[in-house]
Amino acid sequence: MSDPSLTRFERNSVRLTFAAAWLVILFLVLPIIVIMPLSFTGDTLLSYPINDWSLRWYRVLLEQPIWGHVLKNSLIIALASSALATVLGTLAAVGLTRPMCPARGTLTAFLLLPMIVPIIITGVASYFFYTKLGLTNSFAGMILAHTILSTPFVVITVSATLQGFDGNQRRAAYILGARPLYAFRTVVMPQILPGIVSGALFAFVISFDEVIVALFIAGGDQYTLPRQMFSGIRENLDPTIAAVATVMIVASLIILALAQYLASRTKRRFTR
Amino acid sequence: MSATTVDQTDDQGGKTQASKTMRGQLRRANRARRLWAAALVAPLFLMVVVFFALPILGLLTGAVHSPEYVQTFPRSAEVVSQTDSFDEPFYEALYQDLLSAYETRSTGVAGRRLNQDLSGFSSMLRSATRAAVRGEAPPEGGYRDWFATQDPNWIAAEYQDAIRRTVPIYTDIFLLKAMDLERGPDGGISFVPEGRDLFIDVFIRTIWISFQVTLICAVLGYPLAWALTRASTFWRGIMLLGVLFPFWTSLLVRTAAWMILLQREGPLNTMLLGSGIIDSPLTMVFNRFGTIVALTHILLPFLVLPLYSVMRSIPNDYMRAAKGLGARPVRAFLGVFVPQTMPGLSAGAVLVFIMSVGYYITPALLGGPNDQMISYFIAFYVNDTINWGLAAALALDLIVITMILYFIYQKVTGTTRIGLGA
Repeated sequence: MSDPSLTRFERNSVRLTFAAAWLVILFLVLPIIVIMPLSFTGDTLLSYPINDWSLRWYRVLLEQPIWGHVLKNSLIIALASSALATVLGTLAAVGLTRPMCPARGTLTAFLLLPMIVPIIITGVASYFFYTKLGLTNSFAGMILAHTILSTPFVVITVSATLQGFDGNQRRAAYILGARPLYAFRTVVMPQILPGIVSGALFAFVISFDEVIVALFIAGGDQYTLPRQMFSGIRENLDPTIAAVATVMIVASLIILALAQYLASRTKRRFTR
Repeated sequence: MSATTVDQTDDQGGKTQASKTMRGQLRRANRARRLWAAALVAPLFLMVVVFFALPILGLLTGAVHSPEYVQTFPRSAEVVSQTDSFDEPFYEALYQDLLSAYETRSTGVAGRRLNQDLSGFSSMLRSATRAAVRGEAPPEGGYRDWFATQDPNWIAAEYQDAIRRTVPIYTDIFLLKAMDLERGPDGGISFVPEGRDLFIDVFIRTIWISFQVTLICAVLGYPLAWALTRASTFWRGIMLLGVLFPFWTSLLVRTAAWMILLQREGPLNTMLLGSGIIDSPLTMVFNRFGTIVALTHILLPFLVLPLYSVMRSIPNDYMRAAKGLGARPVRAFLGVFVPQTMPGLSAGAVLVFIMSVGYYITPALLGGPNDQMISYFIAFYVNDTINWGLAAALALDLIVITMILYFIYQKVTGTTRIGLGA
């Protein structure tokens, strides 16, 4: 038997599996796609068929000041917390991947805890703790809490990139007389930059999408986009929500494209 | 930093001297490196300790720490812990306590705590305080009778027992209650009577829903991950986009999508009605069905991505070898391929299970009253009934479950790396 050409049974199994896989993909993608056209209805009902196409709900979105307000809040909090998380997480990842790092396993497990502990617990705990410090109902509190939640993702992505980094390059830089900081800036940093950026992207998305901590510690002035959506879904599920969702879906497609681009760049860099 | 200071007083011969110096230098250099690594991790470490670990420890101690009574009514607490009797001295001390608690406006805190144990205390405390403040001074030596005229419950054994249980600063009452247990008057622990039990059901429900979601994710994810490894580069790209797109889409958007989709007048019902499969709209939201479907949709990528990365690393040769040795396709698949995918499958499954055990938003929005999981009750006792001790006890249970699963996860994956696939 030279060529293990597939039997008919096997060919059929493969076909069946692929059919199943595509059905699962449809299950993943369709629900998100289906609600997009609903945002262009002129009706107040969220149902098909759409008889009356209009931009009515997008106009509502622009006219209600609340949505602009919460979008601004979300952007401020997500930008600040992802910047903080990126700096702290990158430093920690560099430290953790050093060969001389003490208690690495335990430290890493500990630093990843904010990602593992159910967010409801983090939310309630932050609520009690921040109340004592006067940090509830403040931007500082929200930024701090979101930074904590998103650092694990930065640590993971940056350490993954650093594992592909050849430590000898840094040693070579040292031998050539570079000081540690200079070597990091000119030799290490450019190569792990895609990892850092995708970590930052992750951190941004985590904060931008976070609602549970916001439920507990954000006051009306700090309401974020997801927090407002939560109220909207709960109280009155109208096409405005579909319009907001559509805008956010388009935004996430852009972020996904960016992330994929960065991932492909990282891969190329290390296989070169 | 330089390690050039050589100990000149040592006259033990050059070689030892040199190696000693070198050892010292190496030690110093290594210590410096360790310090550097530690210094890089330190900022994040400190931040996580102060703003994450401490708050959670604080929350969890709330499960056993309940100083409300002692802080509000110190005098009567003293009498109870000294004499354990509810006689004249106790009621006299309580009378004084009511007056001073009125001054500091702290009666409500103790009232809430007592009410959690036995309802009725809050209003009893309010009216007694009002009477005491009005200056209805009790007759000489008649404090007990004075309280009895305010409300006969003040001298009832049941209520005295409740006070006795509330006085200690450390209590196991919430931990027991979170498991539907209570302490009888004799101090023995027993299950609460039928009808008042709640939390064992909630725990079983949480585990059961998470298990179902994990199982469905595995059944849907396995063929998808397999197809990903076999598809051509182009189609693999398309399929991966199909997995990553929902992964990057906002959780609230996905939850809203399912809500719209599954509504009574929603697209799915319209379609099923139009095609004549059903005659009347199905109820698919605010129940178990909606919760499980949406949770599966949200968590599926977390199973597919690690599973795919493991499957990708399995060389095709093993299957070919098995078949070359005469194994039938099914046997080769089950005996050779599947076992090699187990690390990926179990890592993904544990990850999905961990995430769904602690899920809050999706069940809260898409589930009915009988589909709420532990997280919902934690939020409920914090926000609505303000029973922080019970919320803390439930949080403790949830965190214990999660930590056990995290430990299993680390054993399964062998590392602390959690696959995100992106």
